[in-house]
Amino acid sequence: MGHFVLDARQLMCPMPVIRAQNRVAELQPGDTLEVHATDPGALHDIPTWCRINGHEVLSAVRTGNEISIVLRVAGT
Amino acid sequence: MPSQQRQTASVTDASRASEAGGTPRKAVALISGGLDSLLAARVILDQGIHVEGINFYTGFCVEGHTHAIRNHEHAKPKRNNALWTAEQLGIKLHIIEVIEEYKDVVINPKHGYGANLNPCLDCKGFMVRKAREWMEKNGFDFIITGEVLGQRPMSQRRDTLPVVARESGAFDRLLRPLCARLLPETLPEREGWVDRNKLLDFNGRSRKPQMALAERYGFKEYAQPAGGCCFLTNEQYSHKLADLWQTRGTKQYEIDDIMLLKVGRHLRPRPHFKMIVGRDEGENNFLNGYRKHFTHLFATSHEGPLVLIDGTVDDDDLRLAARLTARFGKGREAESVTLTVTDTAGNSRVLDVAPLPASDIPPEWYL
Repeated sequence: MGHFVLDARQLMCPMPVIRAQNRVAELQPGDTLEVHATDPGALHDIPTWCRINGHEVLSAVRTGNEISIVLRVAGT
Repeated sequence: MPSQQRQTASVTDASRASEAGGTPRKAVALISGGLDSLLAARVILDQGIHVEGINFYTGFCVEGHTHAIRNHEHAKPKRNNALWTAEQLGIKLHIIEVIEEYKDVVINPKHGYGANLNPCLDCKGFMVRKAREWMEKNGFDFIITGEVLGQRPMSQRRDTLPVVARESGAFDRLLRPLCARLLPETLPEREGWVDRNKLLDFNGRSRKPQMALAERYGFKEYAQPAGGCCFLTNEQYSHKLADLWQTRGTKQYEIDDIMLLKVGRHLRPRPHFKMIVGRDEGENNFLNGYRKHFTHLFATSHEGPLVLIDGTVDDDDLRLAARLTARFGKGREAESVTLTVTDTAGNSRVLDVAPLPASDIPPEWYL
């Protein structure tokens, strides 16, 4: 299981969630993905996307203008 | 070969295998985030069909960008309505970015534009085609949409609904649950995958039947985008896009172009340049991300907007732009405002100007 980082900063919603979705499609169950974004909508959209697709959100924090979300890819 | 057989013959081996194996039927639902697509998916879920949603991001989608940019929108909970809809339904949602492919739909619509630069019929055909490709690739059986006969003047008429089915290649694998009983039977109905009697016969522009059905399902909160979920249906936005095409002499655009059309006041004081004026701190911050690509200016003696200049300007143009910039800041009543102007090479200089009186700004400068 690996840990991966996705830079989605400066992208407007829904692009951060699209990039996260496409990256997750390349990962294995149990892998973790750390997404960095600046659009405040990502703080809501990426966890929602995770919930409806069964992925686990390990953390979602906003520090200043930057958002960091760590998710664990669901098993098949 | 009868027409119907010829039409359904376009399905893939994966889809046929799904039928032959007796696996649960699967539908892909176009989810816009509005009420109609929410209800259409729910109607089909109620019939025991496995439904997953698909949503296309064209760059012109209303929600997202602008909701996040302006200060006064920060107080509202910001959400992606398509994701929210999927969560209400308990289905997966696949968001597909189609920005590049969609350009041809906007630039060369085979069926023309609606009241503004909205190519609704081509757009619907494009999205159903993309959904059909997704369906075939993923072994799904049919496509559902929230279309309602007679609801939209261009893409949801009795004579244009078949156009979408035909030009998308979906043919009778395209089911519109909200008005299916007013339309010819589709494959899912003929094959008994869904019960036609449990589908609906909504017709016309009234939203009351949808609202009543939403209440019956217990959906208390849902998006009701006025004029749809696309900026191209907006008159002012379309005017700005037409201006962009006209002044560039070509009907082309990049994603940054259409993003900037959503933000700020746009003024064209001279044919060869346009100004994009931030209306609040949020828009100024957004425009700041583009400043290196444009000559830009802002007041230093007073609070005011960041302004991007799109076009080539000489000293007289810059002075006019500076006076306009001063007009939109807190120094608008001052005798003189000091501004910094920076060109695309990063060279800055200072200008002192008198703000342009409001009476000297012709309405036609505003795009």
